[in-house]
Amino acid sequence: MRVVRYITQPTRMFWLGLLLITWVLSSYSFSLYKALGARWIIKFPKKWEMPLADTISEAMKWLVEDASFGLFTFREFTRFISSIIEWPYQVVRSSLIEGFSTGQGQQAVEIAPALSWIAIIVVLVALARYAKDWRLASLVGLCFLYLAVFGQWESAMITLASILIAVPLGVAGGLTLGILSYRSALVERLLRPILDLMQTVPVFAYLVPILFLFGFGPVSALVATMIYAMPPMVRVSTVALQTVPAEVIEAGTMAGCTQHQMLWKVLIPTTMPTLMVGVNQVIMLSLNMVIIASMIGAGGLGYDVLTSLRRLDIGGGVEAGMAIVVMAIALDRLSQAFAKKTQDDLPKSGLSFVRRHPWLMTVGMIVVGLWLVGLLVPSLQSYPEGATLTTSTFWTETMKWINVNFFDIFEAIKTFFLTYLMIPIKRFFVGIPWVWGIIAISLAAWRVGGWKLGLMAGFMALFIASNGLWGKAMITVYLCGVSVLIASVIGIPLGVWAGQNERVNTVVGAFIDTLQTLPSFVYLIPVIMLFRVGDFSAMIAVVLYALAPAVRYAAHGIREVPSQMIEAGKVSGCTSWQMLWRIKLPMATPSLLLGLNQTIMLALSMLVITALVGTRDLGQEVYIALTKANTGRGVIAGLSVAFIAIIADRIISAMAQASRERLGLK
Amino acid sequence: MQRPVKLDCRGVWKVYGPNPAEFMQAYDGAPSDSDLTHAGMIGAVRDANVQIRDGEIFVIMGLSGSGKSTLVRCLSRLIDATAGQINFEDNDLLAMSEKELIDLRRTKMGMVFQQFALLPHLTVLQNTAFPLDVQGVDRKTREVRAREMVELVGLQGREDYFPRQLSGGQQQRVGIARSLVTEPDLWFLDEPFSALDPLIRREMQDEFLRLQALLHKTIVFITHDFDEAIRLADRIAVMKDGRIVQTATPEELILNPADEYVEEFTRHIPRAKVMRLISVMTKGVPEGDYAGDLDGDLSVETAVDQIEAADKPFRVLDEAGKPVGTINAQTVIDVLIGRRLT
Repeated sequence: MRVVRYITQPTRMFWLGLLLITWVLSSYSFSLYKALGARWIIKFPKKWEMPLADTISEAMKWLVEDASFGLFTFREFTRFISSIIEWPYQVVRSSLIEGFSTGQGQQAVEIAPALSWIAIIVVLVALARYAKDWRLASLVGLCFLYLAVFGQWESAMITLASILIAVPLGVAGGLTLGILSYRSALVERLLRPILDLMQTVPVFAYLVPILFLFGFGPVSALVATMIYAMPPMVRVSTVALQTVPAEVIEAGTMAGCTQHQMLWKVLIPTTMPTLMVGVNQVIMLSLNMVIIASMIGAGGLGYDVLTSLRRLDIGGGVEAGMAIVVMAIALDRLSQAFAKKTQDDLPKSGLSFVRRHPWLMTVGMIVVGLWLVGLLVPSLQSYPEGATLTTSTFWTETMKWINVNFFDIFEAIKTFFLTYLMIPIKRFFVGIPWVWGIIAISLAAWRVGGWKLGLMAGFMALFIASNGLWGKAMITVYLCGVSVLIASVIGIPLGVWAGQNERVNTVVGAFIDTLQTLPSFVYLIPVIMLFRVGDFSAMIAVVLYALAPAVRYAAHGIREVPSQMIEAGKVSGCTSWQMLWRIKLPMATPSLLLGLNQTIMLALSMLVITALVGTRDLGQEVYIALTKANTGRGVIAGLSVAFIAIIADRIISAMAQASRERLGLK
Repeated sequence: MQRPVKLDCRGVWKVYGPNPAEFMQAYDGAPSDSDLTHAGMIGAVRDANVQIRDGEIFVIMGLSGSGKSTLVRCLSRLIDATAGQINFEDNDLLAMSEKELIDLRRTKMGMVFQQFALLPHLTVLQNTAFPLDVQGVDRKTREVRAREMVELVGLQGREDYFPRQLSGGQQQRVGIARSLVTEPDLWFLDEPFSALDPLIRREMQDEFLRLQALLHKTIVFITHDFDEAIRLADRIAVMKDGRIVQTATPEELILNPADEYVEEFTRHIPRAKVMRLISVMTKGVPEGDYAGDLDGDLSVETAVDQIEAADKPFRVLDEAGKPVGTINAQTVIDVLIGRRLT
């Protein structure tokens, strides 16, 4: 009886009905097509497909070859931009690693050497000490020493040079857009969908157009990195500026601030801690792009990883990958320390500049001194080659050993998951006829968020189908779904545990922080080594990458349950188990949903990258377009991924909002 | 005798909703309350008339949502009034350009905020010097000036602290120092002590009165606390639903409340503190035996012991020292227990 009553609630009836119809149609679509001879049931008719991809490619071609603004052509315009970016990049690169020289190739004469590796480490250590304490200083020092000792210095400096250019440009651009959208509601409204697309269209999709515009080389890589890393900065700065208390702005006005003074003396300093969180995001996303950017000419560590992966040189890949990780950890902690830095030491007024800044002076002297010595003794410039260590063979051997001894176990795990979980789910999704798929998505979206959302979801799904990508999109949904399912099954209990236990929280928190610091590409390396290419490897990599938000939001949700509720539960005599199921989890639902949302977003972005390990989804479509330099195809596939992300995001956000209202949290 | 009017505000409206200016025109600048509700507009300030005189403490009192904060923001032009006329020292405030306004605020106006509104990245000294900083005063001069102000509000020794290292009361002292650093003529205080604990609030009220005794500013003080208003004000304007219900001295408010709303506030006020002898005495001085003479400006509270101790009534003197009435123990008791005076 209870079961019947449970099921026959109208809400549950709707969802169960939807699922049941979908399941039936999915199971019998193939037989239906055979019986009726109607191939359109399972495949979108070729002749209805839109020629959008070709149109985009043509437009791109026209833009690059023929477009003109009258005074100058489009091509000259992009050349101008690239020269603006290239010049500072070359200066930084020269001073970090290559040295300044005149002349070309063989005739090149060095005018001034680059900074010595010691000087660079000294500067970074001093920065870390300034930002926080000696512990951070030694961490940063050790990280960069690692790069020198393990022979990654040169590549690392090339990567660092591109970070040093991409981050300031990304931050400046993001802040400018943030200020504009703070000042004008119109700009904010226009910018929001663009930012949504920038964050959901996979990077691979815009590599091709960028290649066309800026050519193969560091400039293209920098542009791609900036596009990828800028959106969070825009959002963070808009929100930060909007949350400045009205009274603080009024205080500025009453003091007689001009608009300019208001921005630079009131708004930006007040929001600095939040803005620094944005800067940290830009740094981490730029590092995340390092490997992908090397596909269009970035060089450095990313290029090393990429070539090793292509050669299946496991040792080399691990070494370069570790170098990126080490650099990411150092830069992450350093920028976080700057974000949290509060000036507690009293300013010493009255002293001379030199006396007031003893650190700056010391570091400056060391750098200049080392540079002068380097002029005379060139061998000091770079880390002695004889003293480098390599772990490459060790990794290769270990992998071999694992694969020889544990092959059967890994194979068994893989087969188990494939047979009992992944293949059934894949069959289900792939079997759904496209017409019903579009209807079902629209219905679900309508039910959750009203007719507007339903219409939008329907159109987006139709866009995917009418470009002949329905099948691949369903494989994307299946892979994403499985990965999110497993990430939630692992992540949510972990988060709930961490949310209730401070000790566990410290350990889990550190683990999750490290996972989040790693550039997405790095996850592929161990996974391919253990499980080789295929859907299972892709799934593991996606789960690892997307685990963090599931854990974080669950822990956050549990921790944020008002203490009054918990006390009320205790007074009513709840056991700790009842407390969890009846009070904490229901109260944490909105937070759990937001975590789910983030998990899906991360999973989708990682999924595209896993195309490199041989999935057959939209990611592969984007990747093929990249290798064939087919702009239109890449953009369409990229948009399709973005649309899936946007549909999922809107539906789950609407659910989270509804549950928040139900709990009276708002 | 009456001091000149410093800030003159006539028929000021602040209406929120779609196209407020058009709406005001449609109703000839005087929509009724039902007009507002009907059109779905919110009348935050409705037809406010206030004359603030040079050197007085003018308190605007009202509960939350009564429009007092909106009114003070109209007076300082932090927001633009929808309709009306505001003159500051005979200059039309509403007609001023952005540049003139900046100039005016830099030299003539200061404001203190409920949540202090200190800049978190600046020290006490730098916060205090901030208005001078934006004027481009050089560092030495402005720090000397700021140091004086910090000393005036009793925070010497804490010049290099950051706001987060101070208690609420200390933070508001910084807010006060900052608002006074430019030596403004007109001083706005928007619920300056509402965010503080009751004990600290009293202490800050005393501090405020001490400062005013030194500086003689023209003050517009906003509060939701009637006790505070009574304690500090020369004159009080009581606001309700965007309208000013009554403008009067504390004593007049208690003696002649304009309506039940105002009366409700006055009911629990310790009358003995507010009432002066001259306003509670029995008029006329019949021949007879008196215990002595009392100054009519004294509050009932200060004279109560004397009056009670004597078995005969006292004569009450006016400003010129002429006896104008009498007072006895019975009158004092009537005042003390709040019996309605006839």
